[in-house]
Amino acid sequence: MTLTPSVREAMLAAVPSLRAFAISLSGNVDRADDLVQETLLRAMANIDSFQAGTNMSAWLFTILRNLFRSEYRKRRREVEDADGSYAETLKSHPEQHSRVEFEEFRVALSKLPPDQREALILVGASGFSYEEAASICDCAVGTIKSRVNRARVRLAELLSIDSVDEFGPDEPTRAILTAGGRG
Amino acid sequence: MQIETQGRKARGRLSRDVMAKLGKTLEAYYDDVRKEGVPDRFKNLLKQLDERKDKDTG
Repeated sequence: MTLTPSVREAMLAAVPSLRAFAISLSGNVDRADDLVQETLLRAMANIDSFQAGTNMSAWLFTILRNLFRSEYRKRRREVEDADGSYAETLKSHPEQHSRVEFEEFRVALSKLPPDQREALILVGASGFSYEEAASICDCAVGTIKSRVNRARVRLAELLSIDSVDEFGPDEPTRAILTAGGRG
Repeated sequence: MQIETQGRKARGRLSRDVMAKLGKTLEAYYDDVRKEGVPDRFKNLLKQLDERKDKDTG
C-alpha cells in the first residue's frame, strides 16, 4: 500500500512534538533524532496496523517510547551502569539540546526515574490525557497519576521551588518562571 | 493568599502555585524544541519511504 496524503501529513505533523518528547526523554538531540527516525521507519513498516481515525500522534509516541525503553535497558546493561554513570553521560553530552536558560531544568529532568519522567512529559507537555498516557505507557491510569505527582514533587525539590515567593533557581530559570515562557 | 503562605502543604503534595510554575517551565522547555518544526531529514525520509512503497506496489 502507499501512504495516503493524510496519513503522511499526520506523521509529519507529529514530528515536532515527537522530537520534543525524545529530547526530553534522552536529554540529547542526536539520540533523540535517531529515535524519531527509527520511530518513523517502524511506523511506515507497520502502517497497516494503524487504524484510520485513531490518534496518529499517540500511536507514534507509543512506538518511540518503547524504542527508548528497550534501548535504555540495553545500554544500561552494556555499560554496567551500577553507579549511574550512564545517566551522567546523558547530562554532560556536548551535543545536548537546550539553551542555557533551560540547563538547570534539563538537568533536573534527567535526574527523575524514567517512569516518572515520561509520565510527566506526556501529561504536562505533550498534551495527552491521563488515559492516553496510560495507554502509551501500557499501565493503569492511577499509576500515571502517581508517577506524575511524584515527578512534580521531585522536580520542585531539585529546583528548590517551594512557593511563589520563595524559590531559588538560578537567575535565568527564575526569568523563565516569572515570565511564564521564554526569557 | 492562602495558597502562597502554605507553600508545600505536606510531604508529597505541592501547592497550586508550585505546580503552575513547574508546568510552565516544562511547557516552555518542550516548546523550545517543538518550535523547530520538522527538520528536512524527516521530510526527506518520509518522501523516500513513500516513493519506495509506490515502486513496490507498482
